[in-house]
Amino acid sequence: MRQAVGLYLTIARGAFRRYSTYRMATFSGAVTNSVFAVILAATFLALWRARPGLGGYDARAAVTYIWVSQALLVSVAAWGGGFQDELQTRFRSGDIAVDLYRPVDFQGWWLATDLGRAGFQLLVRGGVPLAVGALWFGARLPRSPLTWPLFLLSALLAVVVSFGVRFLVSLSGFWLHDAEGLRALTGVASMFLSGMLLPLTLFPAGAGAVARALPWAAIVQLPCDVFLERRHGLAVLGELGFQLGWALVLFGLGRVGLRLATRKVVVQGG
Amino acid sequence: MAELRWAVTSWRLAAAMWMRAATAYRTSFVLLAAASLLVCSLDFVVLLLMFHHTDRLGGWRLPEIGLLYGTAGIAIGVADFLLGTVDGLGERIRTGALDTLLLRPAPALSMVCAERFTLRRLARPAQATAVLLWALHALDLHWSWDKVLLLAMMLVCGPVIFGALFVGLSSVQFFWGEARELQNSATYGGATLLQYPPDVFARDLLLGVTFGVPLAFVNWLPTLQILGRPDPLGLPVVCRFAAPLVAAAAAGAAGLAWRAGLRAYRSTGS
Repeated sequence: MRQAVGLYLTIARGAFRRYSTYRMATFSGAVTNSVFAVILAATFLALWRARPGLGGYDARAAVTYIWVSQALLVSVAAWGGGFQDELQTRFRSGDIAVDLYRPVDFQGWWLATDLGRAGFQLLVRGGVPLAVGALWFGARLPRSPLTWPLFLLSALLAVVVSFGVRFLVSLSGFWLHDAEGLRALTGVASMFLSGMLLPLTLFPAGAGAVARALPWAAIVQLPCDVFLERRHGLAVLGELGFQLGWALVLFGLGRVGLRLATRKVVVQGG
Repeated sequence: MAELRWAVTSWRLAAAMWMRAATAYRTSFVLLAAASLLVCSLDFVVLLLMFHHTDRLGGWRLPEIGLLYGTAGIAIGVADFLLGTVDGLGERIRTGALDTLLLRPAPALSMVCAERFTLRRLARPAQATAVLLWALHALDLHWSWDKVLLLAMMLVCGPVIFGALFVGLSSVQFFWGEARELQNSATYGGATLLQYPPDVFARDLLLGVTFGVPLAFVNWLPTLQILGRPDPLGLPVVCRFAAPLVAAAAAGAAGLAWRAGLRAYRSTGS
């Protein structure tokens, strides 16, 4: 057990360090996230000026929502991506067969790399926009110090849920050979249903209720709400529980899917 | 002149080759095309949802914003369709692929811009045109010759300005290979900015996109004239007609930047 944990930690650390090599690219990305946040925050401010208190957020919370969601965007891979890019090239080259042969669990391996990547990106591409937003653009930081660890936990669960969805999409590569099209479509769904573009409370009533029950809500909307301290006491645990629930369900589905997929694999030798 | 004609011809030949390649995986192509159309529509759905809660944003009605949205989408969409892949320059330098292009008996810029050309990228201009037509219908404007001229000017100069941004900012990657994301703030960030009325944004930002990166000339200034709205910056009316000059200057600057970059480029010889 301890050996297994150590192994996955090593994998995650490796991914963290790999992503940290491209410093300028990461810095450019953080700047871009901040620029988008400045633009989108202004549009939100205009909307909330016309409709104060819309969706249960005041204007300052709405602006903060933009900064936090931009800080999460890359880390939780709301567009898709992360380990998916690598897995896709391995499908094309056939290296996927080697991965299946490794004496490490296939799903666990990729989850560990994705968590390592997400950790680095949360630090830089999350930290920079959040700091810029808080220092110059009036983003509201949590009042209670306890909110910070809860937010980090929520962000971690968001990455695991997002991994669960992306893993299922990538598995379709075993059948479709090229999962790019499906991946693009689920990326669209994810951007919209995660609350990345607009808080889910702003959706028309029926659609909003459905969106709030789907796994994507756990990817952006919930961590943002935790950061904004929308709920207190045990209700926060309810939010985290929702995320954990979807994380487990999706991981389980990924397990089943993987078993079906490996039965299908034909390794072309040579 | 003959040089320019050869640059266009070589772009067309390379683009036709890439187009055939893109249609080879048919299912993926169809799914990717559908996804592109959905991705571009997301911004507009967000606008619709915002107007579900208010009838004015920054003092502008939805059809008025539709005019901005349509012209901004066409401007970046056409530029991206024709030469958007130039932003992958840094990656090509890193892998050494640029050296192969430089050996070809055709201008490097044509080759880089045509790379991975696909009809799929017509999705954005198509969707933006649909919104523009709807907006023009819903606005019920009293057309005069200067308004027609301004509209035509936006449709021609907008893509030129964005094209110049794509090429000019990509030239930075000759010196700074990982800067790709940085230019996204100006191109894609700029397009997002131009979808919303200028009244929404802070004065400093407006000054920056008028006199720094000349985005305001793409559609903001001409649209103010078409709709007979006051300019939040209070610039002289002649600025609203200045797009052709600005576009020519931007294209010239981009050309110089590209040449400077190409001249400074030293292959690693790998």
